[in-house]
Amino acid sequence: MNRQLLTGNAAAAWGARLAQVDYVPAFPITPQTEIIETLARWFERGEMTGRLTMLESEHSMVTAAAAAAATGVRVFTATSSQGLLYAMEMVFTVPGWRAPFVLVNVSRGLASPITLESDHNDVLAARDSGFLQVHCATCQEVLDHVLLAYRIAEDSRVRLPVIVNLDGFTLSFTREPVDLPAAEAVQQFLPPFDPQNVRFRASKPVSQAVAVLAGSPYSYFRYETHLAAQQALSVLDEIAEQFFQAFGRRTGPLATYRSEDADMVFVMIGAGATKACEAADRLREAGVAAGVVRPRWLRPYPAAALRAALAGKKAVAVIDQDLSMGQGGVLHAELAAALYGMPNAPMLASIIGGLGGRNIPPEEFYEIAKRMLGFAARGETPPPQLLFTERELRQVRKLQAIAVVERKELGEKP
Amino acid sequence: MSDAIRRMKDLPSTHLLGTGTPMCAGCGGLEALHQIYDVLGTNTVFVNAAGCMTLLSVYPFTPFRGSWLYTAMACAPAGAQGVRDALDILLTSKRLPPEDDLQTIVLTGDGAAYGMGLSSTSAAIDRNLDFLYICYDNEGYGNTGQQSSPATPHAAQTATNTGSRGFPGYKKDLFGIWAAHRPAYVATVIGAEPLDLAKKIEKAKSLRGPRLILALAPCPTGWDFDPAESVEIGRLAVRSGVWPLKEYIDGKVIHNHVPHPRAPVEEYLKTQGRFAHLFSPERNDALLGEIQAHIDAYWAAVNK
Repeated sequence: MNRQLLTGNAAAAWGARLAQVDYVPAFPITPQTEIIETLARWFERGEMTGRLTMLESEHSMVTAAAAAAATGVRVFTATSSQGLLYAMEMVFTVPGWRAPFVLVNVSRGLASPITLESDHNDVLAARDSGFLQVHCATCQEVLDHVLLAYRIAEDSRVRLPVIVNLDGFTLSFTREPVDLPAAEAVQQFLPPFDPQNVRFRASKPVSQAVAVLAGSPYSYFRYETHLAAQQALSVLDEIAEQFFQAFGRRTGPLATYRSEDADMVFVMIGAGATKACEAADRLREAGVAAGVVRPRWLRPYPAAALRAALAGKKAVAVIDQDLSMGQGGVLHAELAAALYGMPNAPMLASIIGGLGGRNIPPEEFYEIAKRMLGFAARGETPPPQLLFTERELRQVRKLQAIAVVERKELGEKP
Repeated sequence: MSDAIRRMKDLPSTHLLGTGTPMCAGCGGLEALHQIYDVLGTNTVFVNAAGCMTLLSVYPFTPFRGSWLYTAMACAPAGAQGVRDALDILLTSKRLPPEDDLQTIVLTGDGAAYGMGLSSTSAAIDRNLDFLYICYDNEGYGNTGQQSSPATPHAAQTATNTGSRGFPGYKKDLFGIWAAHRPAYVATVIGAEPLDLAKKIEKAKSLRGPRLILALAPCPTGWDFDPAESVEIGRLAVRSGVWPLKEYIDGKVIHNHVPHPRAPVEEYLKTQGRFAHLFSPERNDALLGEIQAHIDAYWAAVNK
């Protein structure tokens, strides 16, 4: 076992290297770029065999990735934010090719306004695409889930591409100790890619991704993809057990922290959830039985595991680092659907916070816990909350004041 | 090459592309594709972009004996990049025997080739991708009912240019855009000139790197003429100098056929409903003169 301090981006690159990927179609975008630069260096030095090709856009990059996977090689690629959205036509197209590969997305808020820091609207836009998606909270999880993603993607019961998500800046540029598994152990866990019957060769022609002209065959192939994605849940359990046997680390669709005996539970995905865990510790010291449930996999959606983890809780607060305009938190809506009709369902509240890298300080977690338990005690459900403080509003007002002053300086009427 | 194509009787007598496709009767694009496929052979993977020919392969049927991958409108060259890179990786690592290798072919209409797909095309040429791009150019978005595209000729009526002056723009010079990238090969062809076409496909097949075959595709539904006239209209396109048959190779442009005497462009325009407004209810001499002057200027530059 080799322990190193790695950024989330470097951990993703190591995952690709240990998976012995053949092909990396690439395009730079902040905060993902370090991943492809690292891989490019390894290919150039001969530490990885195969090929890295720079494409001219993410749309082309995802096309090349899937086309190469459909030709029978193991493919890795990475993007962020606007890049994922630029590729979105192909993100929705290629899962139907049933050619597995892994795409690392380093989450970053979407324009407008254009920004660099993290939230989850980018990756959640791919929610209904047919890609499976898994969210990591530590650099170790990033490396582990690149390896796990290949096993699940390539499993004959699944055969779908996977997005491995990590939060920009908070994880992509943060160094943490990461256990690098030995190459031989990885090869045992993850054997070479078997393209099965999806590949191009002269002696066995195939037509892939052809058109259909009616709703029935269209529905058939769409249902097949959906059922394969659902099937990935049981495949995931099986492979997580093998992963534990091989590397000694537990994984699964959910990570729970002190939630078993909790009255109040925070539900979050990604690195932000580690702040919720810290807050839960402090809350417990203050006598509040708080805990955290963190879905790792959002597709397939672990509804049964979430019901089991949240049954009988007094209050559950979903903190969405995303916003569906005119509706609210995406994860909240999905969890509400999963818990609906459950006899001992908890009070379920929606909090929007952490957009574009906005910090959620410990005090806000404490306040959320206190208020939500209050609502639950009164048998009420609060309306969705948008986290924003007086102090932040004052900061924005200052920026606006500068804009007005500068405009006046230029002789324009405000 | 002992089996080089020199005369009509050297053209392949075995036809490889299946019949009964959903293309329109008299489709000039399909006419060209039949001939191209006969020379290229079946050790091919056709990477397709959205267009009329996407409907060649509708589950579970295909006219191709080789392979096919549909991508989307903008990115067929990127799909070809992924396929070619993967085949190279498999060959290098000896996971694919050399005899299982494939020619990577991109097949798109003018909507993708001249417009939406130009960025991915330019980038594929920059990367010196070893691929053959076939564009069937019917001078409009034919599959959706012939709206104007960047390949639409001046004054042609389209579904989005129904006025008396037709399309106000000028056909984009895709041949020139490709040539400016200094690729391995660029050629124009037309199904109505099968010997010229076969020679060029044979030459393209012998080369490596980015190669374009740009086929003018007379389109009965989009251009408004009787399907029986397709071949004759194709010949007229060449005789009138509207469609120069040419090649770019080794940094030079060669015209394979200089029409002499050149037929007046009117003869070509009169055959198609999309230009009928130039002749009735009254003759538009100014516009006809402008179109003829453009063609004359082109050939004056060639003959200099």
